[in-house]
Amino acid sequence: MNQELLLGLYVLILTIFLGFEVISRVPSLLHTPLMSGTNAIHGIVLLGGILVAGTADRPLMYLLGFLGCALGAGNLFGGLVVTDRMLEMFKPRAAERPTDARPAAAGGSVQAVREAVREKESVRKR
Amino acid sequence: MIENYRDALIDLAYLVSAVVLVFGLKRMSAPRTARSGNQIAAAALLLAVLATFLDPHLTWGAANLAVLVAGIGVGTVGSVYLARVVPMTAMPQMVALFNGMGGGTAAVVSVAEFQRFAAAGAVSSGQAVSVAFGTTIGAIALTGSLVAFAKLQELMTGRPVRFPLQLPVNVAAFVGIVGLWTWLLGVDGGVAAVWVLFALALVFGVLLVLPVGGADMPVVIAVLNSMTGLAAAATGFVLDNQILIVAGALVGASGSLLTILMSRAMNRSLANVMFGAFRSAGQIGAVAEAKPIREITPDDAAVLMAYANEVIVVPGYGLAVAQAQHQVRELAVELEKRGVEVKFAIHPVAGRMPGHMNVLLAEANVPYDQLFEMEQINEEFQRADVALVIGANDVVNPAARSDRNSPIYGMPILDVDQARNVIVLKRSMRPGFAGIENELFHMPQTRMLFGDAKESLVKLIEAVKAA
Repeated sequence: MNQELLLGLYVLILTIFLGFEVISRVPSLLHTPLMSGTNAIHGIVLLGGILVAGTADRPLMYLLGFLGCALGAGNLFGGLVVTDRMLEMFKPRAAERPTDARPAAAGGSVQAVREAVREKESVRKR
Repeated sequence: MIENYRDALIDLAYLVSAVVLVFGLKRMSAPRTARSGNQIAAAALLLAVLATFLDPHLTWGAANLAVLVAGIGVGTVGSVYLARVVPMTAMPQMVALFNGMGGGTAAVVSVAEFQRFAAAGAVSSGQAVSVAFGTTIGAIALTGSLVAFAKLQELMTGRPVRFPLQLPVNVAAFVGIVGLWTWLLGVDGGVAAVWVLFALALVFGVLLVLPVGGADMPVVIAVLNSMTGLAAAATGFVLDNQILIVAGALVGASGSLLTILMSRAMNRSLANVMFGAFRSAGQIGAVAEAKPIREITPDDAAVLMAYANEVIVVPGYGLAVAQAQHQVRELAVELEKRGVEVKFAIHPVAGRMPGHMNVLLAEANVPYDQLFEMEQINEEFQRADVALVIGANDVVNPAARSDRNSPIYGMPILDVDQARNVIVLKRSMRPGFAGIENELFHMPQTRMLFGDAKESLVKLIEAVKAA
């Protein structure tokens, strides 16, 4: 068997295992950004489009190169931007209202204590 | 000599890119680090793209340069613009569209490279298999994603599409693809075989997604995502490019994992989701007998919640359709001001893609520590005074637990019926997407508040303020 092909298969299969390990730790909270982020990652096929467009020597190859570049760049850059936009929105409670000390009277004491504990916990995490 | 240095430099850049990419992906596992993780991954991908421009095979003719600039320019400007303006409610179709573009790229590059192999003389079997794989899977992902996009964007019906002889047609298309593989690999069909394969795979992608209903989209999108990843990996084999193999394999793994998680959350096999429409044909649309329902006014519902200790909000696809995520957050804030504890219960397949509800609520500034997964919160429903169901249906249907004949029997659901009071915000009594009667709506503790979710929530907010 062709050595290069064989090595490629090793890389492929071991990376799939690695991918399973890394991705299985992602909580369902982040499944949409994960999907959108990995979606952007396969946009790296753009570099295939670049190679086709950059070596094209006849109209058909120019056309295929153009399509590869346009679709690939769209997938890659659009995916990254939309994922960043999404992840920017995920905030914990403390970060959302850092100075909003809620009056205890409005919420009742239990709620106030709960709030205080949450605040403290998130401070500790930082 | 110089050329060798260049090749080494490119290879090393790809290696660094692959390692950094994995580090970035690792950071996606916690909300605190996820954003930087995506940015690190972006840097890794950019490095790989820039390194590719050093490739000594690039000819840098004026026409090549023009095509490169035009292609990358059009793709980048168009998609970044879309990515910036698209509303969060449209995220599933956005992801489907980008996914299709990636699949299209993989297919186009595979086809183009085969032309070069063929022109250069003998095509090795490894090259032929890689091209066949990249072309087939990439093209299926392209048109499959476009159909998913059309369904989600409501350019066409979201219901399963059926037509006469559908099963034979699909099987014929599949057999055709297998035949073309044989022609390409066994008989050396040449360029013609690749073009026909490309065309047939495009058709097959459409056929594959047409019979899948909107409620099953979380699974379909995960499958298509996985396919595009594998297509990209195949393109890596075509080009002898390691970074493509690594990136494609990571995406393939991620998509497969999400597919498994989503299928499990619906207690259905992947085959049942993709091909289930063929078997259940004719069952859907059975008219339910009239059972009693109890309506509630916004004022009464508001009082019920305002004086509760704990309210659990259960959002569903109806929330996304009504774009009412900001209103639900406002209601939660108003309730919290009165000392009510508010939690959100998120079913894994609520909405149209994995994690759909989480993104919507994050957009509305609901802190993520207020969102709870099904396993975390199911026990808590029996302690909740009110469960507020907004546009969710199948994921709260008790028939999944009790009715062996129900199509959703065995699907894990949110135990909303355990709550002391259930308030359901719903457009009308029309059954949900799967067309299944929901016993929850007829239970004695359930009250229905009919109308557009956004309008109902606005009324509730006003009434809570006044209560």
